[in-house]
Amino acid sequence: MAKIENGSDPLSRAAVRQIVSLTIICIVGFVLLMVGLSWASELTGSDSAILGGVDFETRSITLALSQEPPQLDSTRSTDQVSFFVLGHVMEGLLRYDANNRLVPGVAERWEIGPDGARFWLREDATWSDGQPVTAHDFVFAWQTVVDPANASEYAFIMYPVKNGEAINTGQMPREALGVRASGDRVLDVEFEQPVAFFDKLAAFGIYFPVRKDFYESREGRYAADAEDLLYNGPFVMTQWVHGAHVRLEKNPAYWNRETVQLNVIDMPYITSDSNAVVNLYKAGAIARATLGTEQLEDAMRLRWNLGRYIDGSVFYIDFNFRPDRMTSNYNLRKALQLVSDPNELVNKVIALPGYQPALSLFPTWLRGVNGAFRLEYPPQRIFPDHEEARRHLELAKQELGIETIPPLVLLSDDSPLSNKQAEYFQNLFMRALGLEIVIDKQIFKQRLAKMTSGDFDMVAAGWGPDFDDPLTFGDLYASWNLNNRGMYNNPELDRQVRIAQGSLDQQIRMDAFGEIQRMLIEDAVLLPNYERGLVYVEDPGLRGVVYRSVGTDPDYSNAYLVESP
Amino acid sequence: MSSGDPRFGPTDFEPVTAARSAETIPRPSLSYWQDAWRRLKENRRALISLYIVIALGLFTVPGPWFWRVDPAAQDVDQISQPPALPEVATIIGPYVPWAGVLATPAADSDAAVPLVTDNLRLFEPATTQAVRLVWDPAAEATGYAVYRSVYDPDPDRALGLPLTRISGAEAVSFEDRLGLEPKPYWYSIVVLDQDGIEVEEYRTLEVQPLRAVSPEEAEGRGWVDDAANLQLGNQIRLPYHPLGTDYLGRDMLARLMYGARVSLFIGIFAPLLFVLVGIVYGSAAGFIGGRFDQMLMRFADFVVALPFLLFMILFKIGFGIGPGESGVFPMLVALVLLAWPASARLVRGQILQIREEGYIGASRLLGAGTGYLVFRHMLPNTIGVILVTLTFAVPSVIFTEAFLSFIGMGVAPPTPSWGSMSNEGIRTMLSHPHELIFPAMLISVTVLAFNLLGDGLRDALDVRMRGRE
Amino acid sequence: MFAYTVKRLLQGVVTIWFIATATFAAMHAVPGDPLTGERATTEEIRRNLEARYGLDRPVLDQYFIYMGNLLKGDFGISFTQQNRSVNDIIREHFPVSATLGILSIVFAGLGGILWGALTALYRQRLPDLAIMFLVILAISVPSFVVAALGQLALVIMNTTLGFSVLPIAGWGTLSHMLVPSIVLGLGTMAFLTRLMRSSMLEIVNSDFIRTARAKGLPPARVFLRHELRNAILPVVTVLGPAIAAITTGGFVVELVFAIPGLGRYFVEAVQQLDYTVIMGTTVFYGGFLVFMVIAVDLVYGLIDPRVTLE
Repeated sequence: MAKIENGSDPLSRAAVRQIVSLTIICIVGFVLLMVGLSWASELTGSDSAILGGVDFETRSITLALSQEPPQLDSTRSTDQVSFFVLGHVMEGLLRYDANNRLVPGVAERWEIGPDGARFWLREDATWSDGQPVTAHDFVFAWQTVVDPANASEYAFIMYPVKNGEAINTGQMPREALGVRASGDRVLDVEFEQPVAFFDKLAAFGIYFPVRKDFYESREGRYAADAEDLLYNGPFVMTQWVHGAHVRLEKNPAYWNRETVQLNVIDMPYITSDSNAVVNLYKAGAIARATLGTEQLEDAMRLRWNLGRYIDGSVFYIDFNFRPDRMTSNYNLRKALQLVSDPNELVNKVIALPGYQPALSLFPTWLRGVNGAFRLEYPPQRIFPDHEEARRHLELAKQELGIETIPPLVLLSDDSPLSNKQAEYFQNLFMRALGLEIVIDKQIFKQRLAKMTSGDFDMVAAGWGPDFDDPLTFGDLYASWNLNNRGMYNNPELDRQVRIAQGSLDQQIRMDAFGEIQRMLIEDAVLLPNYERGLVYVEDPGLRGVVYRSVGTDPDYSNAYLVESP
Repeated sequence: MSSGDPRFGPTDFEPVTAARSAETIPRPSLSYWQDAWRRLKENRRALISLYIVIALGLFTVPGPWFWRVDPAAQDVDQISQPPALPEVATIIGPYVPWAGVLATPAADSDAAVPLVTDNLRLFEPATTQAVRLVWDPAAEATGYAVYRSVYDPDPDRALGLPLTRISGAEAVSFEDRLGLEPKPYWYSIVVLDQDGIEVEEYRTLEVQPLRAVSPEEAEGRGWVDDAANLQLGNQIRLPYHPLGTDYLGRDMLARLMYGARVSLFIGIFAPLLFVLVGIVYGSAAGFIGGRFDQMLMRFADFVVALPFLLFMILFKIGFGIGPGESGVFPMLVALVLLAWPASARLVRGQILQIREEGYIGASRLLGAGTGYLVFRHMLPNTIGVILVTLTFAVPSVIFTEAFLSFIGMGVAPPTPSWGSMSNEGIRTMLSHPHELIFPAMLISVTVLAFNLLGDGLRDALDVRMRGRE
Repeated sequence: MFAYTVKRLLQGVVTIWFIATATFAAMHAVPGDPLTGERATTEEIRRNLEARYGLDRPVLDQYFIYMGNLLKGDFGISFTQQNRSVNDIIREHFPVSATLGILSIVFAGLGGILWGALTALYRQRLPDLAIMFLVILAISVPSFVVAALGQLALVIMNTTLGFSVLPIAGWGTLSHMLVPSIVLGLGTMAFLTRLMRSSMLEIVNSDFIRTARAKGLPPARVFLRHELRNAILPVVTVLGPAIAAITTGGFVVELVFAIPGLGRYFVEAVQQLDYTVIMGTTVFYGGFLVFMVIAVDLVYGLIDPRVTLE
């Protein structure tokens, strides 16, 4: 029996021989199977030949998309990726140019008054099927946005238009919306109240046109596939294999087609794994990649040309102001404010260039009256002062009538960065103030449920701008704002928000925002952490990509290719 | 052999006593389990695994008594440090914000080459607290871009990380505080032309920051008792991290020691429990068979098909685990509830096969009862597959724990575990491999120990292997 | 045999019904809902959304409506991919997952059986030990690392050779499948290797092998017909659930290699509480699993004459 362990045993030798021959058969079989499956799976994959990152001959570039666009019906989109695709294939009344200035889009000129606005549409704006883009297409689109049956989450962004809110809440028919087509080429808009930044809204994706007859001919499948959309932007979508491949090609019917340099933007990779995207760039398969902290070393070693920009969003810790919460106490919040140091967080912990320490809810890129809002209204700087913080903590204990502050709940989501951030603050508050922080880590929907019901003391939150005006941040802590999850209530702040909303005078509005900023810092309403930035690498041949804090980001409409010597 | 032999006397014809009746058994009789135990002890691989287990135990329980470092203490000056020798830092004054330097309009007008800045220099000695750069204004500049690399940008203009873009030609200084380490950096300044585009020309300065810390920081991090004792310019020893630090500057060795508690607990008990459940369930199904078997196995299919994550969330709510509370025990229960079907199916399959063996029939004919059949004949014969499942469940449970902790369903931060440490290490796998390698190595060693022990047990328990080796 | 199959299929339908009901209940018991987004919505917008998706009705009504639609084979419309029906999602992405799953299970199965047999033959000697270490490495390193390293190897290979030997990521051709399927199958292969070794060790010492050898059968025949065929049984047992697990568990591999499989939807749906996708994928995979288990039991009956199908 023991012989069986011996390799020279005839049985074993035969067995090994058999294993070898079986292995060969298996490998051959495996290969055959793969050939068969590959033939079968051509239906689900990308059939067009995938080129390298940039192709000078055909003037095309290849990119990776972070996720499948969830909703390309512009009346219902809510997310970054959908707006990125829509921004390339559609065009609103106005658009942003390469220098981030508002320029004519479908409208060639416009007038905005206190009660309404009038847009004159250009003659040569056409849909991808050759028909002209008319004022009726805007009327139909905007009515659809506020139509309760359409259930658009972003319908509120149409509320500045007269009766928008009433229609959306079902009190009026959709035809009552304050927008009229005076002939095919003039669009009249009536306002609910003066809107100082309506031109900026008109460039937003929700305000894009939709043609009625096409929309209806799709029978509820509008924007479900590439052929279920009608385009009027610089590009058209020629292929959309769900979850796998999006391909944009230059729109020959676009009125401003001379300025569009790229023929093809091909996106045959859809993955949110940043490491995989960097690998694709490394191998020359794509023209652009965003880098994380852990990839910087490698990027420097490979001697890549890196760029950076701020994506516009601000991240902060929000407090719960409900009366039964410890954090409704001013001195406790002040103590926390006095120990938190966004500089240390950004420079030492996050350590990614592009990220900036946030000093205020209002980010650095916002425009003020003439120049940067940050320069016109510099926020009051809070420097870490642990002594002072402990003094405030003692005061807080006295006011609350307790010996020790019970553990505070910090609600956080499950992304690696907010994980890092939460653990950093947990340790910081413990070390500096002896406060115990418990981290309540929740996945996306459960976190939202807890935020909505107010089940937290602090929450790691962030806000991305919807439009290019300080109001997109300014009204966050208004008592009626539903995104004010901590229920902060300050009548003086509310008053300033109303001023900023109702005035047309930029000086008055900006003063109001300056006041709001001051109140938010003095009352320690939030702990600003960072403004998110991105570090990216682009193929040296690709130029003219525009990065924005608001709007289509990144924007390839003006990009061009330069063959390096 | 004839009768009447004179050599025989009457005494030879006395009856023998009962005491001398039987042959003697030279060795004591051993039961099945005694024999198994004896053979296990003689198994070299099992012994090795035993030593590994003892070493892991020492690492986990008395380890923290010797290495008295708080696993939650963050050392933001030494983030993601690889294993290295102890470091010292120089004491410097506290950080004071810097207004920067503005170009004087009267700057000498003999800047011959427009759009090139010169005289890039340090404003003050570079430390890890801040590096302050100043340069001469360039003619026709609309701004400057500052880059930093850990490699020399020459010859191919690889400037490295874009630190900032300064718009306006007046500001001719920059302060860098971004993740500074005491290693050489190459800072480059590029001028922006009228259109705000970077020009080709650049100027580079090589800088080696000095590791420095302010007395307040040293006190705040608990390195010294009183900041007043520190003199500027003194050297201070930084906390030593023999295995390096993680992404928040926490000591890896301490975290590995504490992390072992959670990981080993869940990694050993969860598989033991759910495999046990699987054995009982699977052998009951396989042995009884028929309609009962069908019912049990359909229930097993049902459990397998349930979406794991959804039910883990449900269990978490069901157990009422609040924020920050340790969910190790509920997690154990939940894992057992959801993970048993695989082993149950495997055991049932084996039992079904063995049930038809000749020796079972023989044993049954000899009057063996159900319990005897199952425990004496069937289970020892399925021990091989059971052990394989058991040993494979160990790493998978350790990683499941990490996944669940990550989404807030296991242990609360900052409690470490090997699984979550290696999950965190994955992201920095290429830049700081030590954050992945150490926890992954310990998991591998644990799995190795279990595999060796499993092999040893298998050899020891397998009746057919008796008398071999 | 036919009657048995029909009976099993009927039982399968009942199992699936249980799965659907339990999942439906769990889904609604979990806090949060698919309509809450990062941006807070007003009561009115929320009501509009609820009305659109029928979430304004009592849960029990929703359950009966869902079950009714399920009987008609309609899984409903996704909440996150608002223009796509769950049927479309499954139809478009399941073939990808299945292709990947089949390849990796074949790879894992064949590899596991061969390696396992080899380690059993060379028990306690160098090949056995070497393979054991590889196996331990394969299971104690997170799958994400294996996938990332696999991709990195591709990058290095392509950049050093200067042309694209195998694509880094993506889907569509033969060359896209090779590395992902190997990475996906590695863990299962490790498991099957050990399982096969264990069961092989039991078989080679059995009486019937001794008999077979004693009666002078050619060694090759003994190995193939008697040892391998018997030792393979536990492998077949786990194969059914393993196929289902591998097709659903491809999340990491799909992410790293940008493969449009169903695994991503399966995982993300729970995080997004996308009710219809959770239900659709769970019921679909439940059905798939039940079917695989039945198939394995039937195969079992074919391989092992001792097991009789009632």
